[in-house]
Amino acid sequence: MEAYISLFIKAVFIENLALAFFLGMCTFLAVSKKISTAMGLGIAVMVVQVITVPVNNLIYHTLLKEDALSWMGITGVDLSFLALLSCIGMIAALVQILEMILDKFFPALYHALGVFLPLITVNCAILGGSLFMIERDYDFTQSVVYGIGSGFGWMLAITVMAGVREKLKYSDIPKGLEGLGITFISAGLMSLGFMAFSGIQL
Amino acid sequence: MTDTKKVLTDPLVNNNPITLQVLGICSALAVTSQMSTSLIMAIALTAVTACSSAAISAIRNHIPSSIRIIVQMTIIASLVIIVDQILKAFVYDVSKQLSVFVGLIITNCIVMGRAEAYAMKNPPMASFIDGIGNGLGYSLILVIVAFFRELFGSGKLLGIDIFPLVKDGGWYDPNGMMLLPPSAFFIIGFIIWVFRQWKPEQNEAADFKIMDIAHGEGGHH
Repeated sequence: MEAYISLFIKAVFIENLALAFFLGMCTFLAVSKKISTAMGLGIAVMVVQVITVPVNNLIYHTLLKEDALSWMGITGVDLSFLALLSCIGMIAALVQILEMILDKFFPALYHALGVFLPLITVNCAILGGSLFMIERDYDFTQSVVYGIGSGFGWMLAITVMAGVREKLKYSDIPKGLEGLGITFISAGLMSLGFMAFSGIQL
Repeated sequence: MTDTKKVLTDPLVNNNPITLQVLGICSALAVTSQMSTSLIMAIALTAVTACSSAAISAIRNHIPSSIRIIVQMTIIASLVIIVDQILKAFVYDVSKQLSVFVGLIITNCIVMGRAEAYAMKNPPMASFIDGIGNGLGYSLILVIVAFFRELFGSGKLLGIDIFPLVKDGGWYDPNGMMLLPPSAFFIIGFIIWVFRQWKPEQNEAADFKIMDIAHGEGGHH
């Protein structure tokens, strides 16, 4: 149990996908102008992350890994080079299915998340989460915890960033730095703040 | 001919994918703590962008628009798998350092963005050149960032000592922060500042105007 808690804390703070690995930066910078929209996108990313990481984990371990097909009587086959293609296909398909389910059963949530869902397919944080899961060889339970943690960490980062940017628009900034430039620098300062967690031993 | 040149050189400064189009920042920053990894990454991305743009453009009239994203994604993913395998075969150490970031070229917005914005409307040759141009624009930023980070972070360039370090009896005390992720944000922020000072037409319109006390005007508009 303790191992899972420390994995969660690590995924949220120490190895924050947005601020330590720069994943999902395009959307992170583009959709962080207002707290409410940033939070909506953050929740959507978290939901998708929680589903895709464990599903990709199952696919990788039962179909793609070296000798993973031995339960079908096929040995000596290593399909792990297909992981990239299967991960991205899985993510695209899941986002599409999620969109349909939400539309049918939770229309309110669908309208709240609506615009952001298709964006998520090309959000590197989602694919990055799955690829980290494969690279670090997590088992199924670990992948569930990692999915929740990394999604939550990303949501936290984009919400905080939106808060900073809402205040920032009233400040007097040199002309050339306005907009994107100052956003980068404040993201850097936030990332520096998150580095403070890196000394924590779990 | 001038057209081809324009397509190739425009993305370098005037329409740079990172500083102006805000594309492809995702994987750009994490690989820049050393020159060697960022050069490999830059070459890999340029190759993928150019080839995928050409391939998508070649079949653009046959792709039904409702499933075009999936089709583009499949082409890009296949190319990235090829690049990944080549890197693993020939430069294994670098491919280990790049870890997941080679795979993340798939979701790199530059590749998708150019496929959507340019390759779907233009012939293969022009798309190929456009892909190379945008790849080079990305490479330019990547190499500038890596130059500063490696030089000031570890006193080296491409692994060769430039500033002799204090611990080896030299005079340079390395700036450890340059090796950490936040420095990449600062350097890109400053690069954007320099670009915009140089080309003022790239400045963004302010959301909120600071009130000028002498005239008493300003506020929302």
